Amino acid sequence: MQGYLTIEQVHMDFNTPNGGTFKALDNVNLALEKGDFVSLIGHSGCGKSTVLNIVAGLLTATQGTVLLDGKEVNEPGPERAVVFQNHSLLPWLTTYQNVELAVKQVFKRSMGKKEMDEWIKHNLHLVHMDHAMDKRPGEISGGMKQRVGIARALAMRPKVLLMDEPFGALDALTRAHLQDSVMEIQADLNNTVIMITHDVDEAVLLSDRIVMMTNGPAATIGEILEIDLPRPRNRLELADDSQYNHYRAEVLRFLHERHAKPDAA
Amino acid sequence: MAARVMNLFESIGFSWLVSIMKLFTLQNPKEQVENLIRTLGVPLFAFAVFLGAWHIGASQIETSLGKVPGPAQVWEQAGALWDEHKAEREKEAAFYERQHERNALKLEKNPNAEVRIRDYTGKPTYFDQIVTSLQTVFAGFLLASLIAIPLGIVCGLSQIMYTAMNPIIQLFKPVSPLAWLPIVTLVVSALYTSDDPLFAKSFVNSAITVTLCCLWPTLINTIVGVSSIDNDLVNVSKVLRLPWHTKIVKIVLPSALPMIFTGLRLSLGVGWMVLIAAEMLAQNPGLGKFVWDEFQNGSSQSLGRIMVAVITIGFIGFILDRLMLSLQKSFAWDKDAIVR
Repeated sequence: MQGYLTIEQVHMDFNTPNGGTFKALDNVNLALEKGDFVSLIGHSGCGKSTVLNIVAGLLTATQGTVLLDGKEVNEPGPERAVVFQNHSLLPWLTTYQNVELAVKQVFKRSMGKKEMDEWIKHNLHLVHMDHAMDKRPGEISGGMKQRVGIARALAMRPKVLLMDEPFGALDALTRAHLQDSVMEIQADLNNTVIMITHDVDEAVLLSDRIVMMTNGPAATIGEILEIDLPRPRNRLELADDSQYNHYRAEVLRFLHERHAKPDAA
Repeated sequence: MAARVMNLFESIGFSWLVSIMKLFTLQNPKEQVENLIRTLGVPLFAFAVFLGAWHIGASQIETSLGKVPGPAQVWEQAGALWDEHKAEREKEAAFYERQHERNALKLEKNPNAEVRIRDYTGKPTYFDQIVTSLQTVFAGFLLASLIAIPLGIVCGLSQIMYTAMNPIIQLFKPVSPLAWLPIVTLVVSALYTSDDPLFAKSFVNSAITVTLCCLWPTLINTIVGVSSIDNDLVNVSKVLRLPWHTKIVKIVLPSALPMIFTGLRLSLGVGWMVLIAAEMLAQNPGLGKFVWDEFQNGSSQSLGRIMVAVITIGFIGFILDRLMLSLQKSFAWDKDAIVR
C-alpha cells in the first residue's frame, strides 16, 4: 500500500484487569494521500479512538505499523497534531498563551519572536478567535474553546491533523458553525486530516472519504465510501441534493443494517 | 482603590469590614446593616457567651496557684506583659545610651582609644518570644516546603519513586515532634559545630523539629495533586514533546497548585502547634519556653500569663492560616474556585 500516511495491518490488544486480553482492532489497513480529509465513523466502542491514538503515537499498536511521509510513527509528536474532544486547553493560560505554548515548542529554532507572534495571531484569526486572545478558557464558550483547540493544532503546522470527535460536545448550531470554519480552513490549507465522528451529516459534508468501521471487539474497516461532491460545499444546497442524500443513506445503511449488533449502543 | 481593599478583606474572611466600608459610602444602608448583624453580630454574641461561661467556670476552680483566671485577670496580665516589654526596652535604650556617652568621653580624652559597644543581655520579653517563635516556625516551614514540593512533584510524576517513598512517608508521618526532639538535639549538637554559628543551636533544633513534622502534609498533598493531573493535558504535553522543565512549569505546577496550597496550609498549622511543644520541652527560646517558665515560676499571676500565651498562640495560628489563604487566592488561576 502506498500513500502519504499509511496504516498497515494494525492490531491492538489491551490487557484486561482479570489477566485476559481484549482484542480491540483486527487488521486495520488505510492509506491517505496528502490533502485527504477522511472521517472514521462507527458505533461507540468500535475502536475509532484507538486508531486515532495509534496514529498520534499515544498508543502503540500490538502489531503492524503506521508510516507518515516514509517514517515510522512510534511516539507522539507535533507533526501529528491532535484536536481533543474536550478541547484540552490549559485553563491557566489565555487563548493566546495556549497557542503560544505550541508555537514556541515547535518553532523555537526556526522563528523569531515577532514571527511567532504573527503566526499565533494568524492562527487565532483563522478560527475567528482574534477577539478573545486575552481570555482564559474558563471565560469563553465551549465552541470557542474548540476553535482555540483547532488553532493550537493548526499552529503546529502538522503533516496530519487528527481530530477526535472535535464537535461531539457542542450543540447543533455551534457545531454547524465550526464545520463551516473547518471547511473554510481546509479549502485554504489543504491539510491531511483524520476526523472521528458519530455524526453522519458531518462525515458526508466534510470528508473526501468516509471509513466505516465494524463493531468491536476485533473491529476493522468495513467499507470505504468515496464522497464525490464538488467543493465548496454548502449545507443548505446539499440538503436537497440527491447525491448527498444517497451518500447519507449509504452510511446509515452500513451503521444500522450491515454491521449493527443488537447489543451495540 | 476601595474595591481592591474590599476584595482583600473579603478574601481574608473579614466580610464584615466590607459591610462597614459600604455603610460609610452609603451603598444600600439597610442591607449593609443586616449583613453586618449576620457577619459580625452573630460571632460577637457567641464570643460574649463564651467569655461569660469562662468567667463563671473559672471562678469555681481553686488551684494551688489560686483561682483559675477569668477574662478580666487575663486581660490585666496582657497589659502587665506589655508594660514589662516597654520597661525592658527603656532599660535597653538607657544601657546603650550610657555606653555611647562613656565612649564619647573616652574618645575626647584620647582620639585613638579603642571603644567597644557591649550587647545588652537582659531577658527576652514576651514580645521577643513571639518574634523568636515566628522566625523559627517560618524557617522550619520554609525548609520543609523546599524539600516537600520538589519531592512531591517527583513522586507524583513517577510511579516508581512513589512506590519507593510511600512506606517511608507512611512510617514517619504519624511521629510526634516530641519523639524527634531528642534525636534532633543530639544530631544538631554533633554536626552543627561552629565557633561563630550563624544561628543559635536552639533555633536550629526547633526549626528542624518543625520541618520534620510539617513535611508530610505538603508532601502528600503535592503527590496527590500532581498525580491527578487531567490525562488530556498530559497528552497535550506528549504531543508537543514538551521538555520536562516546561512540562512542570506550564502544566504540572499550575494544575497541582490548589492541592499544594492545601498542603502548605496544613503544614503551617502543624508546624505552629509542633513548635510550641518543642520549645516547651527543649527550653528553646520562644512562646513554648515562656509557658513552661511561667508554670515553673508558680506565682499567683502565672496562670493568667499562661492564658495570655494560649490566646496569643491561637490568634497567631489563625492569622497564619488567613495569610496562607490569601496567598493561595492570589496565586489561584481559577478566581471563581471556592477556597475556605
